[in-house]
Amino acid sequence: MVQPLIQLQDVYKAFGDNVVLNGVSLSIFKGEITSIIGKSGEGKSVLLKHIIGLIEQDRGTILYEGRSISRMKKGERNALKKKFSYMFQATALFDSMTVFENIALPLREKTRMPKKEIRDRVRNKMHQLDLDDIDRNYPSQLSGGMKKRVALARALVTDPEIILFDEPTTGLDPIRKNAVHSMISDYQHRFGFTGVIVSHEIPDIFYVSQRIAMLDEGRIIFEGSLEEMQVSDNPLIQQFIQGQESRRDGLTGLPPQPQGERRYQEEMARMRNDNTTFTIVILTIDNLDMVKKMGGYEAQQTTFKQFANRVQQSLRITDICSRLGMNKILLILPRTRKEEAEELCRRMAEKFKSEGHMEIQTYPGFCFSVSAGMAEAEMDKPIAKLIAVAESAKNIFYEFKVC
Amino acid sequence: MNRLSMLTTSLTTIGAKIIFIVQELGRLGIFFFRGILHIFSFPIQISKFLDQLYFIGMKSVLVICLTGAFTGMVLGFQGYYTLVKFGSEGILGTMVALTLIRELGPVLTAIMITGRAGSAMAAEIGIMRISEQIDALETMGINPIRFLYSPRLAAALVCFPLLTAIFDAVGIFGGYLTGSLLLGISPGIYFYRVEYSVQMVDINGGFIKAVVFGAVVITICCFQGYYTHTRKEGFGAKGVGFATTSAVVISSVLILATDYVLTSFLM
Repeated sequence: MVQPLIQLQDVYKAFGDNVVLNGVSLSIFKGEITSIIGKSGEGKSVLLKHIIGLIEQDRGTILYEGRSISRMKKGERNALKKKFSYMFQATALFDSMTVFENIALPLREKTRMPKKEIRDRVRNKMHQLDLDDIDRNYPSQLSGGMKKRVALARALVTDPEIILFDEPTTGLDPIRKNAVHSMISDYQHRFGFTGVIVSHEIPDIFYVSQRIAMLDEGRIIFEGSLEEMQVSDNPLIQQFIQGQESRRDGLTGLPPQPQGERRYQEEMARMRNDNTTFTIVILTIDNLDMVKKMGGYEAQQTTFKQFANRVQQSLRITDICSRLGMNKILLILPRTRKEEAEELCRRMAEKFKSEGHMEIQTYPGFCFSVSAGMAEAEMDKPIAKLIAVAESAKNIFYEFKVC
Repeated sequence: MNRLSMLTTSLTTIGAKIIFIVQELGRLGIFFFRGILHIFSFPIQISKFLDQLYFIGMKSVLVICLTGAFTGMVLGFQGYYTLVKFGSEGILGTMVALTLIRELGPVLTAIMITGRAGSAMAAEIGIMRISEQIDALETMGINPIRFLYSPRLAAALVCFPLLTAIFDAVGIFGGYLTGSLLLGISPGIYFYRVEYSVQMVDINGGFIKAVVFGAVVITICCFQGYYTHTRKEGFGAKGVGFATTSAVVISSVLILATDYVLTSFLM
């Protein structure tokens, strides 16, 4: 079995009589994003602060690569700290320093990098996070979303191996929220850091994380992948998932993935009983990254939102639509054969084309390239497999452009 | 029985208070020694030191000149009318110079800087604490005591004696304004007395006081700000308010108390 990068064993913490962590055990694996979810006031932030050493546990151990952090020598601990970065819930930007100075501070204080290199690196990070031209502003002159991005830039500028995010998107509107998620996910793919995100943004956060841990009454009651979460028989988790199903995805207004999967199970049951068939369609915006490059993260998220709205408008009343990932939408079309689904997609494509360009103008002549993969259901085939079939090259039936 | 339990309760309260005070003093001691140590830890934080030198020193010059001038002028008046009763107004220079150099110079300078720079430091560091900026420093592996306190302490140790010197010089000139120009003592006699009576030991004593006051004021002010979050009587903005008030009050009282102790040793 793979050794976890960070492992919490039976961590206990109380503030006075208030027990916050009551034997937390959690594993965080290298190169993965782990999301810690749970109700407000359950001590998620406290848990995160234990990992970086801002708070010391009363009992229990925190291991880094199998070694207890509290038993490390001071030098070792300092070296370990350099690998970490922390993004605070309230950003914790230095309000008497400019944006540039804020982002440059970890480099200036903890490295011997020449001034020019620091400047280049900070400018580069600012550019990547759509923060150009505000380097001389002070944090109090910025909007909430920008502050979050500055905090993100400060956390990323040292190229850390492990980043801990304490509610990175609280208080942002859906588009900016998803823009921040998308930035985190993007960076993770590019640089492969290990991330731990404490978040309330369910289901949005599921699209960027590989593992999920749920904290309840001071203990981790679940840890594993989203798929494992859905099949968990723990009643608390089931209750939680059912609670989430009624929620809509913050960005697109679509039902989240778990609901899509539940509807899939229902259709499967219908197929078994009534001998009807159904087809799934995966719509993917292939060049959503291009939109980001041309117009930034927020433009990218706005585009996806508009696309999702349009898809929803062009569906039949029985069709089911749910968000599948950062740039994917899952359609479940009951009582529909693959050929009929193809016809439906063709009509949808024509409608999109005739209505013309979406509201976002990236640059003249730019076309959104959308691919639709489809697969007809087979008896008792799990949804993940059917999605894989739908996405395989031979089933990508239709690729259309909206200009 | 009832009386016994009352006694235990009051003893517990007193005990808890004493433990709290001892803990607090211990924390203050550790804070101070870590601050001193980090002044010399590599790499030396020259630019932050210079910034603080400017903030504590340069920006206090005007206020120190004004206080020094008026203090000297008042001393000139008061001294003249007291001395003239004994017919010894000629030693006004001695009186003004020694009072300023030994006592009023260091004490008033320290109190003025507490009000001008110390309160600002307590508030600034207090706000950094409550808005998690100090935690942020820690997560970046930056030692907050080294980053925030050491440069201020180093700058204070340099600024306090220099500002005291300015205060003394301006004060002596202020005494000349009232004593000689207004009340007619010969300037020659005034300055002769100043020169004749002031010994190197007086100046050294004044400087020692200034250095000690510098350390006391900056340590108390930074300490109050740094531990704002542990205050029980108020959190957040209110906590910062309390921290600033305590910083100024404790510093001022401690300046006078330390002055007494130092004077009794130096005399």
